[in-house]
Amino acid sequence: MYAFEMERPETLADAVAALKDEEAQALGGGQTLIPTMKQRLAQPGRLISLAGIAEMKGIDSDDDGRLCIGGGTTHGAIAAQSDYPALAALASRIGDPAVRNRGTIGGSVANNDPSACYPAACLASNATIVTNAREIAADDFFLGMFTTALEEGEIVTEVRFPVPEAANYQKFAQPASRFPLVGVFVAKFSDGVRVAVTGASEGGVFRWSEAETALSDNFSAAALDDLNVSADGMISDLHGSGAYRAHLIKVMTGRAVTAAG
Amino acid sequence: MPKDHGIGASPKRREDIRFLTGDGRYTDDINLAGQAYVHFLRSDVAHGRIRSIDMAAAAGMPGVVRIFTGEDFADIGGLPCGWCVTDRHGNPMQEPKHPVLAHGKVRHVGDPICAVVAETLSQARDAAEAIVVDIEELPAVIDMKKAVQDGAIKVHDDLASNLCYDWGFIEDNKAAVDEAFKAAHHVTTLELVNNRLIANPMEPRVAVGQWEKGTGDYTLYTTSQNPHVIRLLMGAFVLGIPEHKLRVVSPDVGGGFGTKIFHYAEEAFCTFAAKACRRPVKWTSSRSEAFMSDAHGRDHVSKIELAMDAEGMFTALRTDTYANMGAYLSTFAPSVPTWLHGILMAGNYKTPLIYVNVKAVFTNTVPVDAYRGAGRPEATYQLERVIDKAARETGRDPIALRRQNFITEFPYATPVAVEYDTGDYHATMDKLIEIADLAGFDARLAESKTRGKLRGLGVNCYIEACGIAPSNLVGQLGARAGLYESATVRVNATGGLVVMTGSHSHGQGHETAFPQVVADMIGIPEDMIEIVHGDTANAPMGMGTYGSRSLAVGGSAMVRATEKIIAKAKKIAAHIMEASDQDIELKDGKFTVAGTDKSLAWGDVTLAAYVPHNYPLKDLEPGLEETAFYDPNNFTYPSGAYCCEVEVDPDTGKVTIERFAAADDFGNIINPMIVDGQVHGGIAQGIGQALLEACAYDENGQLISASYMDYAMPRADDMPMFTVDHSCQTPCTHNPLGVKGCGEAGAIGSPPAVVNAVCDALQRAGKNVTHIDMPLSPARVWAAMNDATANEGAAQPAARSSGSAEGRSLGGQA
Repeated sequence: MYAFEMERPETLADAVAALKDEEAQALGGGQTLIPTMKQRLAQPGRLISLAGIAEMKGIDSDDDGRLCIGGGTTHGAIAAQSDYPALAALASRIGDPAVRNRGTIGGSVANNDPSACYPAACLASNATIVTNAREIAADDFFLGMFTTALEEGEIVTEVRFPVPEAANYQKFAQPASRFPLVGVFVAKFSDGVRVAVTGASEGGVFRWSEAETALSDNFSAAALDDLNVSADGMISDLHGSGAYRAHLIKVMTGRAVTAAG
Repeated sequence: MPKDHGIGASPKRREDIRFLTGDGRYTDDINLAGQAYVHFLRSDVAHGRIRSIDMAAAAGMPGVVRIFTGEDFADIGGLPCGWCVTDRHGNPMQEPKHPVLAHGKVRHVGDPICAVVAETLSQARDAAEAIVVDIEELPAVIDMKKAVQDGAIKVHDDLASNLCYDWGFIEDNKAAVDEAFKAAHHVTTLELVNNRLIANPMEPRVAVGQWEKGTGDYTLYTTSQNPHVIRLLMGAFVLGIPEHKLRVVSPDVGGGFGTKIFHYAEEAFCTFAAKACRRPVKWTSSRSEAFMSDAHGRDHVSKIELAMDAEGMFTALRTDTYANMGAYLSTFAPSVPTWLHGILMAGNYKTPLIYVNVKAVFTNTVPVDAYRGAGRPEATYQLERVIDKAARETGRDPIALRRQNFITEFPYATPVAVEYDTGDYHATMDKLIEIADLAGFDARLAESKTRGKLRGLGVNCYIEACGIAPSNLVGQLGARAGLYESATVRVNATGGLVVMTGSHSHGQGHETAFPQVVADMIGIPEDMIEIVHGDTANAPMGMGTYGSRSLAVGGSAMVRATEKIIAKAKKIAAHIMEASDQDIELKDGKFTVAGTDKSLAWGDVTLAAYVPHNYPLKDLEPGLEETAFYDPNNFTYPSGAYCCEVEVDPDTGKVTIERFAAADDFGNIINPMIVDGQVHGGIAQGIGQALLEACAYDENGQLISASYMDYAMPRADDMPMFTVDHSCQTPCTHNPLGVKGCGEAGAIGSPPAVVNAVCDALQRAGKNVTHIDMPLSPARVWAAMNDATANEGAAQPAARSSGSAEGRSLGGQA
């Protein structure tokens, strides 16, 4: 780790102001950034910790019935809520207890790791990512591996999840890291089904639109029988070929549909 | 009623209190006044020629004490190899130089180029980043079979080739073995890979070097399984420090698993630099460094052939193995694929003719050396896999096939140079069948089916040669050291005693188990006995801990020393009680004279030894301290039978271990609880190898499983409850305790059980999969299953039985 300075603003406004410094880097729960810095792979001169900003923490509901989760809310807190069980189940399987008690949803979606779990939940739930500057639909937010619509210095303050009628997330764990080798979030709303896939694609999280169409007509695993995912563009590595990942997408989608009931 | 003390009891491990409460004293806890820190700048390319090293900017950076390069070690010895294998033509192996810091060339990712000593670790790292190393990158030598072809790029320019040795065992039997294959009724052939592993002890390696200005004495604190061996190797061969001027201390060590046996460059560097810088120098490995500098394990590519007659009797066995040595010869590397592997090829079976060929190959990878089991898992895996395949090919029950070929008469001289003293392979198989509840398998199979899961059953046997080793024998085999052990028993005036043993404990529980033996011999409480180890200033000599040798060899030395103590104490007691020492008995801590009511407490005699007022001073020296060296006259041969039940998810290829049972024969047992724990740990590591762990390089020699993000260590929830039993006991006939050793058995016996079970599950489901290379990751199992039906995409080329096995067990995509 290189030397750096650290600031702990207590309000969002102070944090936004502090992030105008060119050297500044926002620090959420630090579960990605700190290990990266310890490896000397990142060298921010100044960290702006978002952990002390009370207004970015907590979970409640808005008038549309959406579950509104502050960007600074930990995975552990999300795992403990019961308004959106599929999301709670997803959060409960991220990392280990230490990670879940430090890591935050805002940090995770801002990082957009291609193997992170939350992006699948956001995309499948048609969530809205709220920042200090604007609201961004999930469909417009995740732009590719480690790439989002966020501008420099923009902070994810809240994520608003419409709560589906039925939903489930199936994570097939990579054996070493236990990040998803393939993770599929299926969410059934009154106006249709959304399916989002993480871990698999070189382009990061994506929606499997053929499955969405089929499942919107018939919400059962059998609806997927005639569908296949192309291996093109799928990640191929030590833990699985692109073809294997493509195969798993179908298997995990079917399991998510069955589990969602 | 189980015993509550002494041999056969299971007292809780006394050392665990300090380990579990954070009060252990590990090498990294040692901080010496004025110490500086070293950071090693390591090669990030696998193979290259060093054109220049520009240290100008780095040398002037804050806190820098001195920067060392290979030039500083040009006149100093390299790291020695402790074993010289003679090849099948009678020539010694090719032995390259192994410099402390790279000199001229870098030969693997992680090879240290420069060592920066600075006031703080951060300053050392900062300065290392300012060093500019110009390296002419060369093609990496990775594929073992290509490496030994004519014209291949050489890892070591001054060697004739990348072939360390071509070993034939036993060469004189080769023709007869070939003849037996021609005459065979059935031949089963299997090509397989024993996957490269990284040991990953919880505590990374650490070294602290110290040099006393006043006396010129050196002290090295290091995370070693054998501090005396490090003192000898480093003192005599690397730095030229006589042993009386060098002390090596290995305090609490957080796991070794083999990888802390060897003498490493960092230890030599810290010792050397302490004098050069005139201040202590400390190095603590990061986990990332551990991945690319700790010796790796396994990494064999083998072809094994088993010849049988019409009745299913094994008539001959032939193996052909490429063994990866890595870029340099680590301390015991040449012995692992030869003398720890070839001599095990008979297994539990009376196969009359065996020929083992091993080609050891240099590659641009981290050196490979012993890892829990060391050679014996590789032998067992080949043998027990090919037997399973043979049973399937000939329509025989795999247990029945094994049983009909079991060795049943002991001692038994194998055709591979060793003589088993005892064993009862039917007994452990019978016990296994009972504890694994094989009778209930069909019901469990049916139940799995209702959940859509493919269930499979894998059984295998194993034998190992441990209690390493008779010095005269290993000397003939190329060992450059003896493999005895020593112990000093120092009885204090008030009756308590200290055992100073050359056996190092780094998790094995010696501090608990060793006193159980001495307590029984004398009849005093275990808490009167302290075990001291890990310091060359204490135990007279020590060959250390590996090869499941601590109790069988180190424990035997302790017994011999204790016997000397008792003999002397009886003479003292005889004098005081005015009797003949022939008539003195020692029981429950009390000396008695046979046939009388005279008695004397243990403490009275020990006090007399140090306050010799009424003492046979004319015949006996005062004091009560004895030393014994014990050199075994054979290996010990633990054996057993293992059973694994798996479920395979047909949709994903994911394997889960549902049941695991182990029936071991370890001879006599001192502490059954510790034995259980050793077997549990060994099985966990074996399951790790079978299902999870893959040390992988790409074709450029980059280590692609260089962190826990990609190297899958087994976790608790990967394991089932283990059912272990060691009630089958055929005591070792040649050591005083009748013990055989249990440290490696689990890791030796379990991988074939897992792979046999997975193949069984797939075969039962109608998939014609005869083999999958470890680790049986979901991706590999899925690919193999679909290869069987769709004939596309093998798990790994070497998994094919067509003879197309590539000469590498290394990485790339699944």
